[in-house]
Amino acid sequence: MKPLSHSLKSFSRGWRGGELAMLLASVALSVGAMAAVALFTERVQLGMEQQAGEALAADLVVESRDPLPQAYDERAKTAGLRTARLTYFPSVATTASASQLVEVRAVTAGYPLRGTLRVADRPYARGTPLRALPGPGELWAEPRLFAALGIEPGARVRLGAREFTATKVLDYLPDQGWNFVDVAPTALIRSEDLASTGLLGPASRVTNRLLVAGEVAGVKAKLAPLLTRGQRLLDARDGRPELRTAIARAERFLGLAALVAVLLAAVAVAMAARRWAKREADAAAILKCLGARQRAVLASYALVVLWVALVGGLAGAAIGVGAQAGLVALLGNLLPADLPAPSLAALPGVIALGGVVLAGFALPPVIALGRTPPLRVLRHDLGPVPLPAQLATLAAAAAVIALLAVQTRDLRLAAFTLGGLGIVVVAFALTALLLLKLLGRLRGRVGVAWRYGVANVVRRGRESVAQLTAFGIGIAVLLLLTLTRSGLLEDWRATLPADAPNRFLINIQTDERVAVTAFFTARGLPAPTLAPLVRARLVAIDGVAIEQVKLDNPNLRNFAEREANISFGAALPAGNKLVEGRFWDATGAGPREPEVSFEVGIGRALGLKIDSRVTYDVAGEQVTARVSSLRWVDWDSFRPNFFILFSPGSLDDAPATWITSLHLPAERAPLLLELTRAFPSVTIIDTDVILDQVREVIARASLTVEFVFLFTLGAGVLVLLAAIQSSRDERRFESAVLRTLGARRRTVLAGVAAEFLLLGLLAGLLAVLAASGLEWLLAREVFDMPWRPDPRLAIAGGLLGTLLVGVTGVLATRDVVTHPPVETLRRR
Amino acid sequence: MMDGSDSSALLRADALTKQVSSPEGTLTILDRVSLSVARGETLAITGPSGSGKSTLLALLAGLDAPTSGRVFLDGVELSALDEDGRAEARARGVGFVFQSFHLLPGLTALENVMLPLELADRADADPAARAVLADVGLAARVGHYPNQLSGGEQQRVAIARAFAAGPSLLFADEPTGNLDGGTGARVADLLFDLNARAGTTLVIVTHDASLAARCARRIALAAGQVAA
Repeated sequence: MKPLSHSLKSFSRGWRGGELAMLLASVALSVGAMAAVALFTERVQLGMEQQAGEALAADLVVESRDPLPQAYDERAKTAGLRTARLTYFPSVATTASASQLVEVRAVTAGYPLRGTLRVADRPYARGTPLRALPGPGELWAEPRLFAALGIEPGARVRLGAREFTATKVLDYLPDQGWNFVDVAPTALIRSEDLASTGLLGPASRVTNRLLVAGEVAGVKAKLAPLLTRGQRLLDARDGRPELRTAIARAERFLGLAALVAVLLAAVAVAMAARRWAKREADAAAILKCLGARQRAVLASYALVVLWVALVGGLAGAAIGVGAQAGLVALLGNLLPADLPAPSLAALPGVIALGGVVLAGFALPPVIALGRTPPLRVLRHDLGPVPLPAQLATLAAAAAVIALLAVQTRDLRLAAFTLGGLGIVVVAFALTALLLLKLLGRLRGRVGVAWRYGVANVVRRGRESVAQLTAFGIGIAVLLLLTLTRSGLLEDWRATLPADAPNRFLINIQTDERVAVTAFFTARGLPAPTLAPLVRARLVAIDGVAIEQVKLDNPNLRNFAEREANISFGAALPAGNKLVEGRFWDATGAGPREPEVSFEVGIGRALGLKIDSRVTYDVAGEQVTARVSSLRWVDWDSFRPNFFILFSPGSLDDAPATWITSLHLPAERAPLLLELTRAFPSVTIIDTDVILDQVREVIARASLTVEFVFLFTLGAGVLVLLAAIQSSRDERRFESAVLRTLGARRRTVLAGVAAEFLLLGLLAGLLAVLAASGLEWLLAREVFDMPWRPDPRLAIAGGLLGTLLVGVTGVLATRDVVTHPPVETLRRR
Repeated sequence: MMDGSDSSALLRADALTKQVSSPEGTLTILDRVSLSVARGETLAITGPSGSGKSTLLALLAGLDAPTSGRVFLDGVELSALDEDGRAEARARGVGFVFQSFHLLPGLTALENVMLPLELADRADADPAARAVLADVGLAARVGHYPNQLSGGEQQRVAIARAFAAGPSLLFADEPTGNLDGGTGARVADLLFDLNARAGTTLVIVTHDASLAARCARRIALAAGQVAA
């Protein structure tokens, strides 16, 4: 016997006869789901990063105080990237009667590379997106400048030696805003007009930026070594902590969704493989009876699995490519227009993962098939000899672990998912067994159709438990995704209440504090809480100069070495939680020795421990403080948040400005004009536009998860179909016997419906419990979100699952009833 | 051979023909077979493998539709009814015993026997089924599942199921074919005993000459036609 040629014959026979169809479909769909998820999520993730890149108006920024060499632009352009230049510096804008500190931003064509400007025709009006820049001699400015100068659009404004026409009001700049210090209203002009202002003297505080957009990953690596001291690379992800959090969460969601689709598909693969092996058992027995050696039979069937892996894998890859394109088309303008093309490089890996699924889930029954005793030709009750259960379990577990590791690329998430699934499987199996026992008692009290349905569920005890587990996990995951997703949105709604701060006031001078507070209280608004802001630079940790401290991450080094905004205060700020150490006594004048509290993430990254000593350079003076606590900071709070907080008294003499955030109802917005006139140096930042941007990113992430969840749903249906497929022969027989005994089709169908509704109901109920439990675990341990149970949604999900299983089950088994009973009975 | 116009017959077949298409062309399995079975009669249909006897049984029982010809059961033309109509006719008065028992593996012996009673909407399904099981000597095994019973016991359950609803006509397809000689003989005794007590009309398909010999009348099929 030649295994290769026999395997090809078996494959083509199985293909034509339809026995391998379900297995091929399972592999194709699992690979398809993985490919689609991999390609689509890769594209969406890149797209989201581009969206997050709005924070920089680019994907990558090279920044320097000194002019940047033209060579960088050329290098980026040769790599097919888009570039633009931005030069910004503080200056004074004047009219005949007023003057105002401004941040002049001179930009070249193409700015912003990410995001869109929004401009309006009058101050504080809602702007409309515009893909254009000011014309020569024109200046666009933030409403605060119009207010401060007391002008309307069309007025003449002087910058240095050049007079401009202030034609439009800037409502939104993608890269405005989060540089809290020295934010004066922006005045946007063309780069070509810059020289004529004569403002770029040698001592001017100019910042030069090269903006880059496109496939920046490779370029970043090439640019990094070229940078000289004083030049730094800014990645889109350096931008805003709250956006970073959102993207990290979205990535985890997508990874989880992909993973579950794959695991469900694996269950379908196992079921389909078992059915195929069962059907091939006669052929295997006959082969052996005719003298084929076990090894040859085994090799032959293992090769069939390989053909399935290749054919199914290729079909799946094609499905994946098509599906991700369909998804992108479906999402339409919700995705960035220039979403990067899918990289087909991921496909061989995904096809290989399909092979891993087959090896773990299809190979054990196929090996059993190879071990079919030749005696089967005489004794039909002798089937394939299954592998020891532990070995089969081990194979499946190894495949699952491999999939988990590859799909999540996050060991913690993988471990929690595996742990959660393990608990679910055991809990499902036990609960299912219990329910089956209870059902067995109930069956005497129901009609013939229901008894038949109940009997089917109870009799196929092991299969029922397996199906309950598979369906249950499927439904649980669907619930988990909707529950957890809604949890994410709820979390956002919770952290962003209707009266969430929507304005930041910064640059409040120390002597303006009382007056600013009074400004609001006099107008019937709550007194804002002011927090001090001191510019300081980290000099040493435990006496070791910061340059000498080992920091493995370049972003971290940037953070450590750049001028930081630190604060001081008596009380732990709202939204902060103490993680380690003790916070200083809020009642007294503060500790005698200066103390400092670090945000836990940055504190640990810097290697700080309680009682570490950090030295800061504050306006030329060195202050050493003892690290007395590490805090968790709720970055989503839209309140002033600080990485570094000093104890009161330690920075009293340092030059400080003050910052606050407040909620200003829309109808009170004109008050801002008064505020700007009363306090020209105070800068107001409108967080509404930034919140809108964050909300959009979240909405987009949710939508993406929902689409990925469709693959999970598809995989769940596949499991159901595989389960039905594998019991089709039995069902046909039972239907034939019932109809021979005089049962109408409707009666048989009612029995089938009873069975699937019951299965769905049980699986749905178990799933609701399991999903809630797993969600609690994930929310607590992985997503760092508070967990809120939502029974309404869980019930809805359970019902949906029941209907899904019931309807799909009945539809898929309809042909069982239409199959002529005489044919079935004759075949037995 | 009775002719097809005999109106006192419980079961009557007129020129039953069954053809199937195969790669080699149309295959005639039954060729214009006519027969009539009187109420209370016992009939054996014999013949070698492939002679068409199981096909004839399937057509007589309304499990399959003939290519041409008609079947009348108790005056009702089975071949004119749709599948559900034929099922209903079976529920009203036909019992079956199969060579492979064909018990539903998920149901206990009692539940299997209750099936035809429930399908006939009998309120006393449970006690009636228990009574028949007692008749076949399985009172102690009512809660057992088919796989917990021996072959002979399974066939006795199948016989109990066949007689439970008190059918006027019982079809048996090689009822002893899957049993060893002794067990087969005991099952045959049971079948004829119950049949005699209930006065059921019995149609047996078999190639077991001794079983056929116990029937009042025998017809032999050969190549799809009545040979004797």
